Amino acid sequence: MIFGVPLPALMGQLLIGLINGSFYALLSLGLAVIFGLLRVINFAHGAFYMLGAFAAWMLLAYAGIGYWGALILAPLIVGIVGMAIERLMLRRLYGLDHLYGLLFTFGLALLLEGTFRHFFGTSGQPYTAPEALRGATNLGFMVLPNYRGWVVVASLVICLGTWAVIEKTSIGAYLRAATENATLVQAFGVNVPVLLTVTYGFGCALAGIAGVLAAPVFQVSPLMGSNLIIIVFAVVVIGGMGSILGAIVTGYMLGIIEGLCKVFYPEAANIVVFVIMAIVLLLRPAGLFGKET
Amino acid sequence: MAGTDPVPAAGAAPRGGGAAAQLKVRNLEAWYGESHALHGVDLDVFPGETVTLLGRNGVGKTTTLRAIMGIIRKRKGDVEFEQRSIMRLPLHRVARTGLGFVPEERGIFASLTVEENLLLPPVVAKGGMSLEEIYNIFPNLLERRTSPGTKLSGGEQQMLAIARILRTGVRMILLDEPTEGLAPVIVERIGEMLKVLKLHGLSVLLVEQNFRFAARIADHFYVMDHGKMIDSFSVSELPARTEALNTALGV
Amino acid sequence: MSAIPTEAADMPSRRSPRSGFILLALVAAALLVAPMWVYPIFMMKLLCFALFAAAFNLLLGYTGLLSFGHAAFFGGAAYVTAHAMKVWQVTPEVAILAGVGAAIVLGLIIGAIAIRRQGIYFAMITLALAQMFYFFCLQVPFTNGEDGIQGFSRGKLFGLIDLNDTMNLYYFIAVMTVLSLMLIWRIVHSPFGQILKAIRENEPRTISLGYSVQRYKLAAFVMSAGLAGLAGSLKALLFQFATLTDVAWNMSGEVILMALLGGIGTMAGPVVGAGILVGLQNFFATSGFPVTIVLGATFMICVLLFRRGVVGEVRHWLDNRKA
Repeated sequence: MIFGVPLPALMGQLLIGLINGSFYALLSLGLAVIFGLLRVINFAHGAFYMLGAFAAWMLLAYAGIGYWGALILAPLIVGIVGMAIERLMLRRLYGLDHLYGLLFTFGLALLLEGTFRHFFGTSGQPYTAPEALRGATNLGFMVLPNYRGWVVVASLVICLGTWAVIEKTSIGAYLRAATENATLVQAFGVNVPVLLTVTYGFGCALAGIAGVLAAPVFQVSPLMGSNLIIIVFAVVVIGGMGSILGAIVTGYMLGIIEGLCKVFYPEAANIVVFVIMAIVLLLRPAGLFGKET
Repeated sequence: MAGTDPVPAAGAAPRGGGAAAQLKVRNLEAWYGESHALHGVDLDVFPGETVTLLGRNGVGKTTTLRAIMGIIRKRKGDVEFEQRSIMRLPLHRVARTGLGFVPEERGIFASLTVEENLLLPPVVAKGGMSLEEIYNIFPNLLERRTSPGTKLSGGEQQMLAIARILRTGVRMILLDEPTEGLAPVIVERIGEMLKVLKLHGLSVLLVEQNFRFAARIADHFYVMDHGKMIDSFSVSELPARTEALNTALGV
Repeated sequence: MSAIPTEAADMPSRRSPRSGFILLALVAAALLVAPMWVYPIFMMKLLCFALFAAAFNLLLGYTGLLSFGHAAFFGGAAYVTAHAMKVWQVTPEVAILAGVGAAIVLGLIIGAIAIRRQGIYFAMITLALAQMFYFFCLQVPFTNGEDGIQGFSRGKLFGLIDLNDTMNLYYFIAVMTVLSLMLIWRIVHSPFGQILKAIRENEPRTISLGYSVQRYKLAAFVMSAGLAGLAGSLKALLFQFATLTDVAWNMSGEVILMALLGGIGTMAGPVVGAGILVGLQNFFATSGFPVTIVLGATFMICVLLFRRGVVGEVRHWLDNRKA
């Protein structure tokens, strides 16, 4: 027993917290990447997450393509949709106040969610985990459902992989430089408009792959994104949008804190992230990892 | 018409030895929002020349460079680089024609290392220096290659800003106030470097406040005021012009 | 970059006070006769949302702050008013005062926190705090959770006027709305309003002129919250119903759309926008076609092509004809 809570129960909640944290991290990573370069808050991020989950579901239902195929195809599809939206509509807003980007993507989120709600209703579609990941493993201090463990590992790999690409590769160097001074990078001869399109698509693809990971855990429902996106916003405000690593760390951290809160003080679990956001804002407005604007 | 080369003094060699102008700017106008910054700029840069734009603060020298490059999009007039008009090109295609740009603030990226900064501008033509050659000329850049770019001193950043352009193979560089805020010793070094560029056949269009620095390296001078050229002369005519120049520059 | 540059005509009305009065008289006359042609309940709903949108616009159009959580004030006041009517059994004007008071307090709390950042961050913070309030409302017993507060009579205003009579209620809401819009007009045209405008256009400069900008922003925020609360209280009386939808983020989004559609930074814009939106919702409610899709598409089209909004475009067109 720890603090009056039996160990398996504590570990169970921690695992749930870690899983939620995985999604917070993946989604705030995508938001941070998009915001860093495009200066757009992608309100539609939750909708793209939902799109990824539905893509996986539809790939299975209509094309017989299972989880592992969906893991590759769904983010690709979502990424392409994202790139089309950036290329055709979003880029017209770059010269304007940033708030218009927020409003546009908000409208996009409503449109996507409304469309799926129209065709699929509000109840969720079930999506079963792939054969290889079913069942559970006994770790001694707890029994770990295999798929849940996979979610945590996969999201860590994706997050750290993205971080590595951005911080350590030359294509990441283009992204980092363009984030600082897009005009100069363009003057050097780099096709920054294409970079913007690809970055938005990549950010959306990150949301999409999170959706595929989520499908067997939560139900595939048109509402799954909007419930999540507002918490992710709070996560992003807490982390401060200056750093990629900050977004990842904050996501996992807050998931775990939320999980712990469910154990010890369940009534507040829904709002603990917001409370932390309020506190961080009062003490350190730039966010935990943010740079002073 | 102010700005076009006056009839050369008898016996003086024509600029560029008879070759066509590498950069030809005619009637260039530009706007910052509603404000009309350039009122019809004319200038030429011939292959291999180092040309300096002189003028007081705020007359439009930096604006001229930015308008030529295409960073300022609200503009009218003609800009031809190597006999091709570049007015209609989107910004990211201009460098590929062989024209490079080093901004006033140097533009060293803080989130990139020195080496990443060096490697960032893509190679647009053959004839640029290799990374090793650059490190040979600038051993201090080699030493600090993994440091964040902005950890370098002002002078080293200026070297880095010019060095990374040299790698790309551009044939002409637009250089904005390279000596601003730098100590005299560093200014000397930059002067040396520009002479090396000249030896390599690069043309330079230079904006400079530091008249004496410009006088040591430039082949030709333009003087600007209120968004237009008001004078143009070669280095051989400089001694005759010094006094008038001092007045124009408010020195 | 902090403030939305208002695409709509910027200067407050160039009309003289005399034409202002004429306009007011026209509006009053229109409101007086409207119930003969338009369903009074629809009119009242429109008036409530027009007030909500106008309150929001005070913050966005004139101060340049985008709040993504205004539903908290609207719905929060609705809950308090409904509770006051049902449980405390007070007269409606007391219930309304309670609702507005609650909105003001909530506005102070949320505003004080959100104002610590600017621009996009400010918007996201208001969204998150409003969502927090939503969860609070979801769980707290007095709101009755999913069912909401209902089943209370509208009572007698000042103990005299029976608001259960539709026409009485209509005139009351009409008067309250018009008075509130006049109040907003006064605020915008006062010295205080000029400073708000200065903050919107160039905050650093206003700071350098010596104004404690944070205080002005907070004051504007609280005023906006209070007026939004008034709209919510009136709406609760109208429908005799306060629910979770009133505090949900969709409601916050709708009021933004009203202001955007009608014209941010104009006085008439929010009213026009509210009219369009309430009309659209009514229309699509019966058609079976999902309203969310229409709202989403309208948002996107507005932001891309129609940023000045209806009133803004009209003014722009009129200006161009003069020139």
